[in-house]
Amino acid sequence: MPIINIDNIPYEVKEGKNLLEACLSLGLNLPYFCWHPALGSVGACRQCAVKIFKDEQDTRGKLMMACMEPVKDGMRLSVNDSDAVAFRGHVIGWLMTNHPHDCAVCDEGGSCHLQDMTVMTGHAYRDYHFSKRTYRNQHLGPFINHEMNRCIQCYRCVRFYKDFAGGKDLDVFAAHNHVYFGRQQDGTLENEFSGNLVEVCPTGVFTDKTLKQHYTRKWDLTTAPSICQGCGLGCNIIAGERYGSLRQITNRYNGAVNGYFLCDRGRYGYEFVNSKDRIREPLVVHAPDDKANGLPVLQHVRNRMKPGKVIGIGSPRASVESNYVLKELVGENNFYLGIGEIEHELIRLMLKLLKEGPVRAASMQEAAAADAVVILGEDLTNTAPMLALSVRQAVRRMPVDHAISSIHMPAWQDAAVREAVQENKGPLFILHVVETKLDEVATGAYHTAPDNIARIAFAVSHLLDGTLPEVTGMSDEGKQAAATIAAALRGAKRPLVIAGYGGGSEQVIRAAANLAWALKQQGADAMLSFTVPECNSMGLEMLGGLRLESAVDAVLNGSAETVLILENDLYRRLDLHTANQFFGHCKEVIVLDHLHNATTERANIVLPVGTFAEADGTLVNNEGRAQRFLQVFNPQGAIQESWRWLLQLGDICGHTHLRSLLHYDDLLKAIAAKYPVFIGIDTLTPPADFRIAGQKIPREPHRYSGRTAMQANVNVSEPKPAEDGDTALSFTMEGYRGEPPSSVIPFFWAPGWNSVQSVNKYQVETGGPLHGGNPGKRLLEPNPNGPTKFYTNIPDPFIPVGGHLLLVPLYHIFGSEELSIHTPGIAQRMPAPYIMLHSEDARRFQVAAGHLLYFMDNGHQYALPVVINDTLQKGAAGIPVGLPHMQVAEAPQLVKI
Amino acid sequence: MFSLLRSMWLVFLHMFHKRDTYQYPEQKAPLPARWRGRIALTRDPDGEERCVGCYLCAAACPVDCISLQATEDEHGRRYPEFFRINFSRCIFCGFCEEACPTYAIQLLPDFEMAEYNRQNLVYEKHDLLIPSQGKYPGYNYYKVAGLAIKNKDKGEAEQEEPPVDIKSLLP
Ligand code: SF4
Ligand code: SF4
Ligand code: SF4
Ligand code: SF4
Ligand code: FES
Repeated sequence: MPIINIDNIPYEVKEGKNLLEACLSLGLNLPYFCWHPALGSVGACRQCAVKIFKDEQDTRGKLMMACMEPVKDGMRLSVNDSDAVAFRGHVIGWLMTNHPHDCAVCDEGGSCHLQDMTVMTGHAYRDYHFSKRTYRNQHLGPFINHEMNRCIQCYRCVRFYKDFAGGKDLDVFAAHNHVYFGRQQDGTLENEFSGNLVEVCPTGVFTDKTLKQHYTRKWDLTTAPSICQGCGLGCNIIAGERYGSLRQITNRYNGAVNGYFLCDRGRYGYEFVNSKDRIREPLVVHAPDDKANGLPVLQHVRNRMKPGKVIGIGSPRASVESNYVLKELVGENNFYLGIGEIEHELIRLMLKLLKEGPVRAASMQEAAAADAVVILGEDLTNTAPMLALSVRQAVRRMPVDHAISSIHMPAWQDAAVREAVQENKGPLFILHVVETKLDEVATGAYHTAPDNIARIAFAVSHLLDGTLPEVTGMSDEGKQAAATIAAALRGAKRPLVIAGYGGGSEQVIRAAANLAWALKQQGADAMLSFTVPECNSMGLEMLGGLRLESAVDAVLNGSAETVLILENDLYRRLDLHTANQFFGHCKEVIVLDHLHNATTERANIVLPVGTFAEADGTLVNNEGRAQRFLQVFNPQGAIQESWRWLLQLGDICGHTHLRSLLHYDDLLKAIAAKYPVFIGIDTLTPPADFRIAGQKIPREPHRYSGRTAMQANVNVSEPKPAEDGDTALSFTMEGYRGEPPSSVIPFFWAPGWNSVQSVNKYQVETGGPLHGGNPGKRLLEPNPNGPTKFYTNIPDPFIPVGGHLLLVPLYHIFGSEELSIHTPGIAQRMPAPYIMLHSEDARRFQVAAGHLLYFMDNGHQYALPVVINDTLQKGAAGIPVGLPHMQVAEAPQLVKI
Repeated sequence: MFSLLRSMWLVFLHMFHKRDTYQYPEQKAPLPARWRGRIALTRDPDGEERCVGCYLCAAACPVDCISLQATEDEHGRRYPEFFRINFSRCIFCGFCEEACPTYAIQLLPDFEMAEYNRQNLVYEKHDLLIPSQGKYPGYNYYKVAGLAIKNKDKGEAEQEEPPVDIKSLLP
């Protein structure tokens, strides 16, 4: 490793880095703006100047931009040289000439990189006394606020939005000192990752509009490490509360999962926590002759639980802990997974393939490093958004590697590398039933029915490995596609195959596994990635349970009378008809949930439970990574975690095992002891009695304000602060001020670094893992030596049937997820229900765009307005999944029109 | 010995000095304008609330007795939705006044705030807001800030150029 001398002190640094990265990784304070660990360097802001000396004799040296200079063994530089210090002070002085006097009314204030860097350079007073340039702002939609006066022209926003995330509607306009960062005209920023501008922009030009509705400074938030509930990828987030409501979600860096970014569903989908539909007190519906008035609610619950007649329905959006306790309470034979048949089969298959197969599930960072990607039957931008962002990085991998070796530039030389790469893309093939947003970066995109997708994938496997069965009766197009894909994959060292729930087809999942295994057998370091629909779909499946349909049967045939439903709206799982029938036959319905929904309306007893912000719990993401979310704040009312309600219920029912679980840590240990697959779940975060220097880890920063006034309107004597007996965190600002273990970092802050850029101080090296390793534990590892059982059952090709259409599910990042649509901004961007047809099919059924198309499914009539899309497979009809007011129809299935 | 006698002599002379004791409450002490007493929220020269809800006073307060919630009107002007000071905790250090970038929060020369009931020492915004500019007349934060508010568009603040026409090709 090279040794460099900084201010005459030798340091060992990593090869291939630039000086700025090296200095920051060493913990030195060197100001910067345009460099970003994920975006690389462009040398635009001139803020990171250091002085570089030729040799020991050189006393004059020359000023250089640290972010543009590679590390060289034996080099000498100075960060504290007076010329360099003065230069940096001047640069920030110039950047500030037009900066408005806005800090007091700026949402960035208190977590502003520009403030931090200004203080760091010592530029305390402005020496520019002329007039300031101003701009008009734009309305950028429900998520982002625009205040262009504050711009310092670092170009990070467009580099992220256009170059990194593939956005098209944000750019830089005008010239010289009039450059303008915005849209061509007012309008919603369309990219699904627009929210990251808030963190990428080092100033207050782009700020979080949902935060503005209940604005709170970073130092006033009570925060906790949490996990996004938006989809199955499990991005790490920090959730912040003030005055009893959740205020903001920000990124929590995890080098193996989401890195520096989040999608807009994850960032903005939190407002359900503050919804007026929240259940805050237990509700008991009394039968007329019920004399049990006045009893504690759990007595009511117990009174309605007839032995032998109670079943429990779990949920993929509840934690492993809650599902476990419910399963223990009702018994293994009475615990049902609260997910639909198709979903259950798919996830079960994925789990099996990942556990028994030889190919490893890719983390999102590994996916971003893949050099060839095949996506089978998934519209990733809508089903697993952040994975789509990883794929956008993966397509650059081959051309970037090529450029690096041909122009001899390091990867962080962003502008030079992009110039060399141009529009070149590495291999990405997308097979889906309709066009997807990622098609624009794909080498090849084929739109065909799920069975045909599986067939093409089988054909590719055959081309890679002749011993695998051949697919007969392929169309010329299909043969052509298979040949192209196979040829591209042959050269790949780290190919990635992605499939998942979006296609709704087991055949596709099998074909994906086959393909990945075949690649592995060819010697490639192949990876597999399966998407799952909900934040704990994988965890629930690992816990295991019976299918939801058998719960319906059990109730209909009278073998079950009381149903305990855990955080699950069954009207989203079962079609209306079946759900009504099910509830009609239940004697007692006891629901634990946090929002009123169609299921709680059918309940006799509703217990108010905490959302992710009011509960501790563990989720397992699509990769099999168990991750812990910790409670942010103590909720009002009777709200408590589902698992706590159920433990208390177990206690009053005299359940010996549940009775013995007195603490959260006991519960975790019990899960790990009972299910070998969950081993390690009890050590994801430090135990409740963990202390550093005898202290807990505070959820509030040391500048937290208003402790003695915020509740003074209720009572001038402050109440005793809430205590957290479950975790190593405290609900107050008292506690250990240093760096906590990586799994329990409630907020990123370092002296002089108030903004999110302070994450540098928590990493082993910039962009690397957090100190002590990235949080979370992978529970699923491949079985490298196990025999690979290739699938040989190749599905028949899809042939459209007269008078019928194949319903296929289509997902929407804004709309398909149950909880995030409670955010008004997300609801605003949700599509209206529709049915998508190919124009030929529309002609066949004599409908045009906007007409209503009627069809029957399971005794229920559907009427949906038609949308025409000619990239859709003929004979298929796309219907959006999960939108409110959209009846559940099973998809994929063949329906008669 | 000499200094002892001298001290006694000086003390003796004090008997003939004018009394410094005020017969409070009948007689009030003259307090200088910078005296740190009762805290008020002042108004700008246009009679609008000066406080923009920046939370700096709350952060500066060593006993954390200020709490507020910022909000904004339909034209983008920020103001506190509520503003509370718990005077039973306040130590009248004046840090909030020093931190305030808008001269909104000011400590005034008035200390007569005693209450029998401690709860009455919790002041809300309507108790704090006064129809005066206090010690710093003339300052209007929004006239120097870049934010557009009602009757002050972009480019209309002090020392501001009119908004850039980004479609212009002129150098
Ligand atoms: S961007 Fe930063 S420095 Fe500029 S007004 Fe906002 S908080 Fe102040
Ligand atoms: S808007 Fe923000 S990110 Fe973009 S150039 Fe200006 S300061 Fe940089
Ligand atoms: S990709 Fe999924 S887990 Fe990640 S932020 Fe978006 S919704 Fe949340
Ligand atoms: S410091 Fe001044 S402007 Fe800011 S919240 Fe306090 S009183 Fe209002
Ligand atoms: S960070 Fe080095 S020039 Fe901008």
